[in-house]
Amino acid sequence: MPVTRTQAVLNGERLALTRTLSQVENNTPEGNQILEELFPHTGNAHLIGVTGAPGTGKSTLVNQLAFDYRHPPEGTKLPTVAIVAIDPSSPFSGGALLGDRVRMQDLAGDPGVFVRSMASRGSLGGLASTTAGLVQVFDAAGFDIILIETVGAGQAEVEIASLAHTTIVVEAPGLGDEIQTFKAGILEIADILVVNKADKPGADNALRALRNMLSLTQPEKNVVMHHGKMMSTEEAPAGDAEPDQEWVPPVLPTTATTGDGVAELIEQIAAHQQHLKTSGGWILREQARLKNEVGNLLQEALHQRWNSSIPPADYEKVLDQVVSRQISPRRAVDKLIKGAGL
Amino acid sequence: MGNSQTKIRVLIAKAGLDGHDRGAKVVARALRDAGMEVIYTGLRQTPEMITEAALQEDVQVVGLSILSGAHMTLVPKVIKMLQKQGLTDVKLFLGGIIPDEDKSELTKLGVDGIFGPGTSTQLIIKDIRKACQ
Repeated sequence: MPVTRTQAVLNGERLALTRTLSQVENNTPEGNQILEELFPHTGNAHLIGVTGAPGTGKSTLVNQLAFDYRHPPEGTKLPTVAIVAIDPSSPFSGGALLGDRVRMQDLAGDPGVFVRSMASRGSLGGLASTTAGLVQVFDAAGFDIILIETVGAGQAEVEIASLAHTTIVVEAPGLGDEIQTFKAGILEIADILVVNKADKPGADNALRALRNMLSLTQPEKNVVMHHGKMMSTEEAPAGDAEPDQEWVPPVLPTTATTGDGVAELIEQIAAHQQHLKTSGGWILREQARLKNEVGNLLQEALHQRWNSSIPPADYEKVLDQVVSRQISPRRAVDKLIKGAGL
Repeated sequence: MGNSQTKIRVLIAKAGLDGHDRGAKVVARALRDAGMEVIYTGLRQTPEMITEAALQEDVQVVGLSILSGAHMTLVPKVIKMLQKQGLTDVKLFLGGIIPDEDKSELTKLGVDGIFGPGTSTQLIIKDIRKACQ
């Protein structure tokens, strides 16, 4: 009997793996079928998200992380590493320039590493709509560590947090004052905060601002930074927070170009994984992740069902009514949904 | 977005030791604007690195930019290695300085197109699209 594509992926055959990744990325029936068969074999990898603004050094940091994972201290396990690196698609042409590999040259020639670039193809949350699928393929293929590098993220691209077990938010010196650190959004999803380019001026300020921000959001730690000094406060009120269960995101300086601080980052990633496993957070995140994926797919399927059930002419007619101000956009949606019989 | 969608994926690589990547970048940008997904690998790629990237990225097309004169050494190696990896369906295009007397031999080896200085990006786009049909 010839080996099926699915079996070949499970066996770690790289050609089958890469072709499967394309099928899944292109959302083909064959890809979905293989994904179906691979799914029972997933759930073993540690999914690590790396996000942050453009130019903070995400790709270089991912390169260095993967390199260090592949050169572990004597006597420790050597993990295999997959990297999914996402760059934006042009909203105009639909094309993309995927340049993350340029920073990942150190990994060339290592058979224990697999780097795959993805275009966002119109998705806005920092990932592509099929990133979760690609990650599952790598997971089933037996990769121990999967590094997921998002599109250069601004403030609101937080989708990575519902895909990864551990989310690293990368900052760099000079990207804004302390007020930026108080804003909701991307900083909230960090399990680990990294100030990369720590050899640049302003790195100390960035580290201080982030630690300050965290000390205000973690009152159970009983300390705040005041004039740059740690000061104790009154006993925090006993609330919902369970101190034993609480993970306080560490703030780490790294210089990805030299590798400084990356060993410490890997230690903290391992500590976070350990924390998730002992606190029950791992299972919670798995549940949240799969729930999120089902939700996304459901939304997509419903939209498609609606799309195929409404005649384009009807759609155009309702749109025209909106444009000529006869009906409001909300009223139009009501009409369109009823018209599709949903 | 539930529809299946396929994009032409192209690897643009600078093979060998020359450091001039202006042309490669212009081509990469033009292909992007033509709706393709372009994986740019940067400078000084060995045939091993190019083949590995082509495999991992599952591209339909590899575009090599070579200005150093080493094409008769590098190109046969790339072709051999692509075949060894099972990537027999990948199209290979060359750009840069390729003397006329080498062109027929390169074509015989399996190069799908050679674009010298002054080639319009429109022609490159057209030829790549045709090769990927």
